[in-house]
Amino acid sequence: MAQYKLVRCRINGRDTETMVDVRASLTDLLRNDFSLTSVKKGCEVGECGACAVLIDGECFNSCIYLAVWADGKEIRTLESLLGPGGELSDIQQAFVDEAAIQCGFCTPGVLMTATEILESGKLYTDEELRKLLSGHLCRCTGYQNILRAVKKTMYQRLGLPLPGAAEASAIS
Amino acid sequence: MYDIKALYEAESVQDAIRLRLAHPEAQLIAGGSDVLVQIREGRRAGAELISIYTLDELRGVTMEPDGTLRIGPLTSFSHLARDPLIQQHIQVLGEAADQVGGPQIRNIASIGGNVCNGATSADSASTLFAWDAVVELTGQAGIRRLPIQAFYRRAGVVDLQPDELLTGILIPRAAYEGYRGHYIKYAMRNAMDIAICACSVNVKLSDDQETIVDARITFGVAGPVPLRCPAAEAIARGAAVSEETVRAFAAAVLEDIHPRDSWRASKDFREHIAVELARRALRRAVELEGGTL
Repeated sequence: MAQYKLVRCRINGRDTETMVDVRASLTDLLRNDFSLTSVKKGCEVGECGACAVLIDGECFNSCIYLAVWADGKEIRTLESLLGPGGELSDIQQAFVDEAAIQCGFCTPGVLMTATEILESGKLYTDEELRKLLSGHLCRCTGYQNILRAVKKTMYQRLGLPLPGAAEASAIS
Repeated sequence: MYDIKALYEAESVQDAIRLRLAHPEAQLIAGGSDVLVQIREGRRAGAELISIYTLDELRGVTMEPDGTLRIGPLTSFSHLARDPLIQQHIQVLGEAADQVGGPQIRNIASIGGNVCNGATSADSASTLFAWDAVVELTGQAGIRRLPIQAFYRRAGVVDLQPDELLTGILIPRAAYEGYRGHYIKYAMRNAMDIAICACSVNVKLSDDQETIVDARITFGVAGPVPLRCPAAEAIARGAAVSEETVRAFAAAVLEDIHPRDSWRASKDFREHIAVELARRALRRAVELEGGTL
Protein backbone atom coordinates (compact mmCIF):
# COMPACT_ATOMS: atom_id res chain seq x y z
CA MET A 1 0.00 0.00 0.00
CA ALA A 2 1.44 3.29 -1.04
CA GLN A 3 2.27 5.65 1.78
CA TYR A 4 2.27 9.42 1.27
CA LYS A 5 3.32 12.43 3.28
CA LEU A 6 2.71 16.12 2.78
CA VAL A 7 6.04 17.87 2.32
CA ARG A 8 6.36 21.64 2.56
CA CYS A 9 9.61 23.10 1.37
CA ARG A 10 11.05 26.06 -0.47
CA ILE A 11 12.37 25.15 -3.91
CA ASN A 12 14.37 27.74 -5.83
CA GLY A 13 12.78 30.55 -3.84
CA ARG A 14 9.20 29.30 -4.14
CA ASP A 15 7.18 27.80 -1.28
CA THR A 16 5.76 24.45 -2.26
CA GLU A 17 3.47 21.75 -0.86
CA THR A 18 3.59 18.29 -2.36
CA MET A 19 2.11 14.93 -1.47
CA VAL A 20 5.18 12.76 -1.61
CA ASP A 21 5.42 8.99 -1.92
CA VAL A 22 7.66 8.06 1.02
CA ARG A 23 9.72 5.83 -1.28
CA ALA A 24 10.77 8.81 -3.42
CA SER A 25 14.26 10.24 -3.36
CA LEU A 26 14.70 13.99 -3.50
CA THR A 27 15.88 13.49 -7.10
CA ASP A 28 12.51 11.88 -7.89
CA LEU A 29 10.64 14.76 -6.25
CA LEU A 30 12.57 17.50 -8.04
CA ARG A 31 12.48 15.86 -11.47
CA ASN A 32 9.00 14.36 -11.48
CA ASP A 33 6.98 16.91 -9.52
CA PHE A 34 8.84 20.09 -10.44
CA SER A 35 10.43 19.23 -13.82
CA LEU A 36 13.81 20.37 -12.50
CA THR A 37 15.69 18.18 -14.94
CA SER A 38 19.07 19.73 -14.20
CA VAL A 39 19.06 17.24 -11.32
CA LYS A 40 20.54 14.25 -13.13
CA LYS A 41 20.08 10.59 -12.40
CA GLY A 42 23.61 9.26 -12.62
CA CYS A 43 24.77 6.44 -10.38
CA GLU A 44 21.84 6.78 -7.94
CA VAL A 45 24.05 5.53 -5.10
CA GLY A 46 25.74 8.77 -4.04
CA GLU A 47 29.01 8.22 -5.89
CA CYS A 48 28.93 10.52 -8.92
CA GLY A 49 27.44 13.82 -7.74
CA ALA A 50 25.31 14.41 -10.86
CA CYS A 51 22.19 14.86 -8.71
CA ALA A 52 23.76 17.32 -6.24
CA VAL A 53 21.53 20.10 -4.91
CA LEU A 54 21.83 22.64 -2.12
CA ILE A 55 19.77 22.01 1.00
CA ASP A 56 19.93 24.89 3.48
CA GLY A 57 23.17 25.96 1.82
CA GLU A 58 24.96 22.60 1.93
CA CYS A 59 25.46 20.32 -1.04
CA PHE A 60 23.83 16.88 -0.93
CA ASN A 61 23.46 14.05 -3.40
CA SER A 62 19.68 14.15 -3.82
CA CYS A 63 19.60 10.51 -5.01
CA ILE A 64 20.37 9.26 -1.50
CA TYR A 65 18.19 11.79 0.31
CA LEU A 66 14.61 10.81 1.04
CA ALA A 67 12.13 13.32 -0.38
CA VAL A 68 10.22 13.38 2.93
CA TRP A 69 13.32 14.76 4.65
CA ALA A 70 13.00 17.90 2.54
CA ASP A 71 10.11 19.07 4.71
CA GLY A 72 10.91 22.52 6.08
CA LYS A 73 14.09 22.83 4.05
CA GLU A 74 15.26 25.32 1.46
CA ILE A 75 16.35 23.57 -1.72
CA ARG A 76 18.21 25.07 -4.64
CA THR A 77 18.98 23.47 -7.98
CA LEU A 78 20.94 24.70 -10.98
CA GLU A 79 17.79 26.44 -12.28
CA SER A 80 18.06 28.91 -9.37
CA LEU A 81 21.39 30.24 -10.59
CA LEU A 82 19.96 31.96 -13.68
CA GLY A 83 19.18 35.67 -13.52
CA PRO A 84 15.60 36.99 -13.93
CA GLY A 85 16.00 37.23 -17.69
CA GLY A 86 17.61 33.83 -17.99
CA GLU A 87 21.15 35.25 -17.85
CA LEU A 88 23.94 32.94 -16.89
CA SER A 89 25.48 33.55 -13.47
CA ASP A 90 29.20 34.30 -13.15
CA ILE A 91 30.08 30.72 -12.28
CA GLN A 92 28.08 29.32 -15.22
CA GLN A 93 29.74 31.81 -17.58
CA ALA A 94 33.14 30.82 -16.19
CA PHE A 95 32.37 27.17 -16.98
CA VAL A 96 31.59 28.18 -20.58
CA ASP A 97 34.68 30.40 -20.89
CA GLU A 98 37.04 27.82 -19.42
CA ALA A 99 35.56 24.92 -21.43
CA ALA A 100 34.71 23.22 -18.15
CA ILE A 101 31.81 21.51 -19.93
CA GLN A 102 31.81 18.88 -22.61
CA CYS A 103 28.84 16.51 -22.54
CA GLY A 104 27.35 18.51 -19.68
CA PHE A 105 25.85 15.66 -17.69
CA CYS A 106 27.92 16.25 -14.55
CA THR A 107 27.83 20.05 -14.90
CA PRO A 108 24.67 20.92 -12.92
CA GLY A 109 25.91 18.94 -9.94
CA VAL A 110 29.40 20.40 -10.08
CA LEU A 111 27.92 23.88 -10.32
CA MET A 112 25.94 23.34 -7.12
CA THR A 113 29.09 22.28 -5.27
CA ALA A 114 30.85 25.28 -6.81
CA THR A 115 28.02 27.46 -5.46
CA GLU A 116 28.50 26.04 -1.96
CA ILE A 117 32.25 26.71 -2.24
CA LEU A 118 31.78 30.28 -3.51
CA GLU A 119 29.11 31.15 -0.95
CA SER A 120 31.47 30.22 1.89
CA GLY A 121 33.28 33.47 1.02
CA LYS A 122 36.62 31.80 1.67
CA LEU A 123 39.76 31.76 -0.40
CA TYR A 124 40.89 28.18 -0.99
CA THR A 125 44.15 26.79 -2.32
CA ASP A 126 44.10 24.62 -5.46
CA GLU A 127 44.59 21.57 -3.25
CA GLU A 128 41.60 22.51 -1.08
CA LEU A 129 39.46 23.19 -4.15
CA ARG A 130 40.34 19.78 -5.59
CA LYS A 131 39.24 18.15 -2.37
CA LEU A 132 36.03 20.20 -2.21
CA LEU A 133 35.21 19.21 -5.80
CA SER A 134 36.13 15.57 -5.34
CA GLY A 135 32.56 14.35 -4.92
CA HIS A 136 31.87 14.64 -8.65
CA LEU A 137 32.76 12.34 -11.48
CA CYS A 138 33.38 13.88 -14.89
CA ARG A 139 34.46 11.61 -17.73
CA CYS A 140 35.06 14.42 -20.26
CA THR A 141 36.97 17.39 -18.95
CA GLY A 142 39.73 15.86 -16.88
CA TYR A 143 38.69 18.27 -14.09
CA GLN A 144 41.41 20.84 -14.74
CA ASN A 145 39.09 23.27 -16.54
CA ILE A 146 36.45 22.86 -13.84
CA LEU A 147 39.04 23.74 -11.22
CA ARG A 148 40.11 26.75 -13.27
CA ALA A 149 36.53 28.01 -13.65
CA VAL A 150 35.78 27.71 -9.92
CA LYS A 151 39.08 29.30 -8.97
CA LYS A 152 38.61 32.21 -11.36
CA THR A 153 35.11 32.93 -10.04
CA MET A 154 36.28 32.60 -6.43
CA TYR A 155 38.95 35.28 -7.01
CA GLN A 156 36.47 37.47 -8.90
CA ARG A 157 33.87 37.35 -6.14
CA LEU A 158 36.48 38.10 -3.50
CA GLY A 159 37.70 41.06 -5.57
CA LEU A 160 41.21 39.63 -5.76
CA PRO A 161 43.48 39.36 -8.80
CA LEU A 162 43.80 35.81 -10.12
CA PRO A 163 47.37 34.66 -9.54
CA GLY A 164 49.23 34.27 -12.82
CA ALA A 165 46.56 36.13 -14.82
CA ALA A 166 48.82 39.09 -15.63
CA GLU A 167 51.56 36.83 -17.04
CA ALA A 168 49.04 34.87 -19.08
CA SER A 169 47.55 37.97 -20.76
CA ALA A 170 51.04 39.37 -21.42
CA ILE A 171 51.91 36.20 -23.36
CA SER A 172 48.71 36.15 -25.40
CA MET B 1 11.75 5.27 -6.02
CA TYR B 2 13.27 3.11 -3.37
CA ASP B 3 11.99 -0.36 -2.65
CA ILE B 4 10.79 0.55 0.85
CA LYS B 5 7.89 -1.31 2.43
CA ALA B 6 7.07 1.37 4.98
CA LEU B 7 8.68 4.43 6.51
CA TYR B 8 8.18 5.46 10.12
CA GLU B 9 9.49 8.88 11.06
CA ALA B 10 10.51 9.23 14.70
CA GLU B 11 9.67 12.55 16.31
CA SER B 12 11.79 12.09 19.43
CA VAL B 13 14.18 9.58 20.97
CA GLN B 14 11.31 8.05 22.97
CA ASP B 15 9.22 7.86 19.81
CA ALA B 16 12.08 6.06 18.03
CA ILE B 17 12.27 3.51 20.86
CA ARG B 18 8.51 2.99 20.67
CA LEU B 19 8.72 2.53 16.89
CA ARG B 20 11.57 0.04 17.25
CA LEU B 21 9.48 -2.06 19.65
CA ALA B 22 6.38 -1.78 17.46
CA HIS B 23 8.28 -2.72 14.29
CA PRO B 24 11.02 -5.15 15.28
CA GLU B 25 11.87 -5.94 11.65
CA ALA B 26 12.45 -2.31 10.75
CA GLN B 27 15.89 -0.90 10.00
CA LEU B 28 17.00 2.37 11.59
CA ILE B 29 18.05 5.00 9.08
CA ALA B 30 20.10 8.07 10.04
CA GLY B 31 21.71 9.84 7.05
CA GLY B 32 21.06 6.81 4.87
CA SER B 33 24.29 6.91 2.87
CA ASP B 34 24.72 3.20 3.59
CA VAL B 35 21.15 2.05 4.16
CA LEU B 36 19.69 3.63 1.01
CA VAL B 37 22.56 2.31 -1.10
CA GLN B 38 21.96 -1.18 0.31
CA ILE B 39 18.27 -0.87 -0.57
CA ARG B 40 19.21 0.17 -4.11
CA GLU B 41 21.61 -2.75 -4.39
CA GLY B 42 18.84 -5.11 -3.32
CA ARG B 43 20.50 -6.19 -0.08
CA ARG B 44 17.87 -4.44 2.00
CA ALA B 45 15.16 -4.20 -0.66
CA GLY B 46 11.64 -4.19 0.71
CA ALA B 47 12.80 -2.98 4.12
CA GLU B 48 10.71 -1.15 6.67
CA LEU B 49 12.59 1.93 7.85
CA ILE B 50 12.54 3.98 11.02
CA SER B 51 13.96 7.38 10.17
CA ILE B 52 15.69 9.32 12.93
CA TYR B 53 17.31 11.77 10.50
CA THR B 54 15.17 14.72 11.60
CA LEU B 55 15.94 14.39 15.35
CA ASP B 56 17.96 17.58 15.69
CA GLU B 57 18.45 17.00 19.45
CA LEU B 58 20.95 14.29 18.44
CA ARG B 59 23.11 16.76 16.46
CA GLY B 60 26.09 18.81 17.55
CA VAL B 61 29.02 18.62 19.95
CA THR B 62 28.82 19.88 23.53
CA MET B 63 30.99 19.84 26.63
CA GLU B 64 29.45 18.44 29.81
CA PRO B 65 30.18 20.05 33.22
CA ASP B 66 32.79 17.37 34.06
CA GLY B 67 34.67 18.03 30.83
CA THR B 68 33.28 15.07 28.89
CA LEU B 69 32.87 15.80 25.19
CA ARG B 70 29.45 14.71 23.98
CA ILE B 71 29.06 14.07 20.27
CA GLY B 72 25.50 13.84 19.02
CA PRO B 73 25.34 10.70 16.87
CA LEU B 74 23.52 12.47 14.03
CA THR B 75 26.27 15.06 13.68
CA SER B 76 27.38 14.96 10.06
CA PHE B 77 31.04 14.42 9.24
CA SER B 78 31.34 17.89 7.72
CA HIS B 79 29.93 19.53 10.86
CA LEU B 80 32.16 17.36 13.04
CA ALA B 81 35.27 18.38 11.07
CA ARG B 82 34.37 22.08 11.47
CA ASP B 83 33.28 21.93 15.11
CA PRO B 84 35.26 24.26 17.40
CA LEU B 85 35.24 21.85 20.39
CA ILE B 86 36.49 19.00 18.21
CA GLN B 87 39.17 21.22 16.69
CA GLN B 88 40.30 22.33 20.12
CA HIS B 89 40.33 19.03 21.99
CA ILE B 90 40.34 16.08 19.59
CA GLN B 91 41.32 17.58 16.29
CA VAL B 92 42.34 14.20 14.89
CA LEU B 93 38.70 13.07 14.95
CA GLY B 94 37.83 16.03 12.74
CA GLU B 95 40.68 15.08 10.42
CA ALA B 96 39.43 11.48 10.23
CA ALA B 97 35.88 12.71 9.61
CA ASP B 98 37.20 14.85 6.77
CA GLN B 99 38.45 11.71 4.97
CA VAL B 100 35.10 9.90 4.80
CA GLY B 101 33.68 9.48 1.28
CA GLY B 102 33.44 12.80 -0.56
CA PRO B 103 32.13 16.27 0.36
CA GLN B 104 28.44 15.57 -0.28
CA ILE B 105 28.67 12.27 1.60
CA ARG B 106 30.22 14.09 4.57
CA ASN B 107 27.22 16.44 4.58
CA ILE B 108 24.70 13.60 4.92
CA ALA B 109 26.55 10.78 6.68
CA SER B 110 26.48 10.77 10.48
CA ILE B 111 29.12 9.60 12.90
CA GLY B 112 26.52 7.52 14.77
CA GLY B 113 25.52 5.70 11.60
CA ASN B 114 29.17 5.07 10.85
CA VAL B 115 29.66 3.53 14.30
CA CYS B 116 26.42 1.51 14.32
CA ASN B 117 27.31 -0.13 10.99
CA GLY B 118 30.02 -1.96 12.88
CA ALA B 119 32.41 -1.80 9.94
CA THR B 120 36.11 -2.22 10.66
CA SER B 121 36.86 0.31 7.92
CA ALA B 122 34.77 3.16 9.39
CA ASP B 123 37.01 6.22 9.40
CA SER B 124 35.56 7.49 12.67
CA ALA B 125 35.81 4.16 14.49
CA SER B 126 39.55 3.66 14.82
CA THR B 127 39.92 7.21 16.07
CA LEU B 128 37.08 6.82 18.58
CA PHE B 129 38.70 3.60 19.85
CA ALA B 130 41.95 5.49 20.32
CA TRP B 131 40.10 8.11 22.40
CA ASP B 132 38.52 5.51 24.74
CA ALA B 133 35.11 6.67 23.55
CA VAL B 134 32.01 5.58 25.42
CA VAL B 135 28.71 4.99 23.66
CA GLU B 136 25.47 6.01 25.30
CA LEU B 137 22.52 3.80 24.42
CA THR B 138 18.99 4.80 25.33
CA GLY B 139 16.35 2.10 25.63
CA GLN B 140 13.03 1.40 27.25
CA ALA B 141 14.58 0.88 30.67
CA GLY B 142 16.85 3.90 30.52
CA ILE B 143 20.39 4.72 29.56
CA ARG B 144 23.33 2.34 29.39
CA ARG B 145 26.92 3.29 28.69
CA LEU B 146 29.69 1.06 27.49
CA PRO B 147 33.18 1.43 26.05
CA ILE B 148 33.16 1.48 22.27
CA GLN B 149 35.37 -1.63 22.25
CA ALA B 150 32.57 -3.56 23.92
CA PHE B 151 29.97 -2.10 21.54
CA TYR B 152 31.64 -3.71 18.51
CA ARG B 153 30.71 -7.39 18.77
CA ARG B 154 31.92 -8.73 15.42
CA ALA B 155 32.13 -7.63 11.80
CA GLY B 156 29.02 -5.59 11.05
CA VAL B 157 27.39 -6.32 14.42
CA VAL B 158 27.16 -3.93 17.35
CA ASP B 159 25.59 -4.40 20.76
CA LEU B 160 22.46 -2.39 20.05
CA GLN B 161 19.42 -4.01 21.68
CA PRO B 162 16.05 -4.15 19.86
CA ASP B 163 14.69 -1.23 21.91
CA GLU B 164 17.82 0.90 21.84
CA LEU B 165 19.12 3.96 20.06
CA LEU B 166 22.62 5.39 20.11
CA THR B 167 22.09 8.79 21.72
CA GLY B 168 25.61 9.97 22.43
CA ILE B 169 29.29 9.33 21.84
CA LEU B 170 31.25 10.47 24.85
CA ILE B 171 34.94 11.20 25.19
CA PRO B 172 35.91 11.46 28.89
CA ARG B 173 38.18 14.32 29.85
CA ALA B 174 40.91 11.98 31.13
CA ALA B 175 41.00 10.36 27.68
CA TYR B 176 41.73 13.55 25.76
CA GLU B 177 43.36 16.06 28.11
CA GLY B 178 47.03 16.43 27.29
CA TYR B 179 46.87 14.10 24.28
CA ARG B 180 47.41 14.80 20.60
CA GLY B 181 46.75 12.35 17.84
CA HIS B 182 47.21 11.53 14.21
CA TYR B 183 45.12 9.43 11.82
CA ILE B 184 46.28 7.89 8.57
CA LYS B 185 43.92 6.35 6.07
CA TYR B 186 45.63 4.17 3.52
CA ALA B 187 43.44 3.87 0.42
CA MET B 188 43.82 3.85 -3.35
CA ARG B 189 42.07 7.18 -3.89
CA ASN B 190 41.76 10.36 -1.85
CA ALA B 191 37.98 10.56 -2.26
CA MET B 192 35.10 8.08 -2.29
CA ASP B 193 37.26 5.20 -1.15
CA ILE B 194 37.34 2.76 1.74
CA ALA B 195 40.48 2.27 3.81
CA ILE B 196 42.70 -0.69 2.97
CA CYS B 197 44.24 -0.14 6.35
CA ALA B 198 43.83 2.75 8.78
CA CYS B 199 45.73 3.74 11.89
CA SER B 200 44.99 6.22 14.66
CA VAL B 201 47.53 7.10 17.35
CA ASN B 202 47.18 9.36 20.40
CA VAL B 203 50.11 10.36 22.54
CA LYS B 204 50.72 12.17 25.82
CA LEU B 205 54.28 13.31 26.54
CA SER B 206 55.93 14.25 29.81
CA ASP B 207 56.29 17.97 30.60
CA ASP B 208 59.88 17.98 29.31
CA GLN B 209 58.70 16.16 26.15
CA GLU B 210 61.39 13.53 26.60
CA THR B 211 59.17 10.63 27.69
CA ILE B 212 55.98 9.09 26.34
CA VAL B 213 53.58 9.07 29.28
CA ASP B 214 50.88 7.23 27.35
CA ALA B 215 50.15 6.12 23.81
CA ARG B 216 47.06 4.55 22.31
CA ILE B 217 46.91 2.97 18.89
CA THR B 218 43.97 1.55 16.94
CA PHE B 219 43.79 -0.07 13.54
CA GLY B 220 40.86 -0.30 11.18
CA VAL B 221 40.75 -3.11 8.58
CA ALA B 222 43.38 -5.08 10.50
CA GLY B 223 40.77 -7.44 11.94
CA PRO B 224 36.99 -7.94 11.77
CA VAL B 225 36.44 -4.92 14.01
CA PRO B 226 38.69 -1.95 14.83
CA LEU B 227 41.29 -3.06 17.36
CA ARG B 228 43.73 -1.59 19.85
CA CYS B 229 47.31 -2.88 20.09
CA PRO B 230 48.08 -3.41 23.81
CA ALA B 231 51.58 -4.79 23.11
CA ALA B 232 52.67 -1.69 21.23
CA GLU B 233 51.02 0.60 23.80
CA ALA B 234 52.92 -1.14 26.62
CA ILE B 235 56.22 -0.59 24.82
CA ALA B 236 55.58 3.11 24.35
CA ARG B 237 54.28 3.79 27.86
CA GLY B 238 57.07 5.30 29.92
CA ALA B 239 59.61 4.97 27.10
CA ALA B 240 61.94 7.70 25.96
CA VAL B 241 60.96 9.74 22.90
CA SER B 242 63.39 8.16 20.46
CA GLU B 243 63.68 6.47 17.09
CA GLU B 244 64.19 3.16 18.88
CA THR B 245 60.91 3.53 20.74
CA VAL B 246 59.10 4.37 17.51
CA ARG B 247 60.63 1.34 15.77
CA ALA B 248 59.82 -1.05 18.60
CA PHE B 249 56.30 0.35 18.94
CA ALA B 250 55.64 -0.06 15.22
CA ALA B 251 57.03 -3.60 15.07
CA ALA B 252 54.92 -4.66 18.06
CA VAL B 253 51.61 -3.93 16.32
CA LEU B 254 52.01 -7.28 14.53
CA GLU B 255 51.39 -9.03 17.84
CA ASP B 256 47.83 -7.78 17.97
CA ILE B 257 46.58 -7.22 14.43
CA HIS B 258 45.20 -9.98 12.26
CA PRO B 259 44.25 -8.62 8.85
CA ARG B 260 42.88 -10.91 6.18
CA ASP B 261 43.38 -11.47 2.50
CA SER B 262 40.65 -9.84 0.46
CA TRP B 263 40.23 -8.70 -3.11
CA ARG B 264 41.30 -5.24 -2.00
CA ALA B 265 44.64 -6.19 -0.46
CA SER B 266 46.52 -9.20 0.84
CA LYS B 267 47.19 -9.99 4.48
CA ASP B 268 50.95 -9.61 3.92
CA PHE B 269 50.52 -6.21 2.34
CA ARG B 270 48.24 -5.01 5.12
CA GLU B 271 50.72 -6.15 7.76
CA HIS B 272 53.54 -4.37 5.99
CA ILE B 273 51.48 -1.18 5.69
CA ALA B 274 50.30 -1.42 9.31
CA VAL B 275 53.84 -1.26 10.69
CA GLU B 276 54.65 1.71 8.50
CA LEU B 277 51.40 3.51 9.41
CA ALA B 278 52.09 2.95 13.12
CA ARG B 279 55.57 4.41 12.71
CA ARG B 280 54.39 7.47 10.81
CA ALA B 281 51.33 8.10 13.00
CA LEU B 282 53.34 7.89 16.23
CA ARG B 283 56.05 10.18 14.83
CA ARG B 284 53.48 12.74 13.79
CA ALA B 285 51.59 12.55 17.09
CA VAL B 286 54.84 13.02 19.02
CA GLU B 287 55.69 16.04 16.87
CA LEU B 288 52.23 17.52 17.49
CA GLU B 289 52.87 17.12 21.22
CA GLY B 290 56.06 19.12 20.82
CA GLY B 291 58.47 16.20 20.98
CA THR B 292 61.50 15.89 18.70
CA LEU B 293 62.73 12.75 16.99
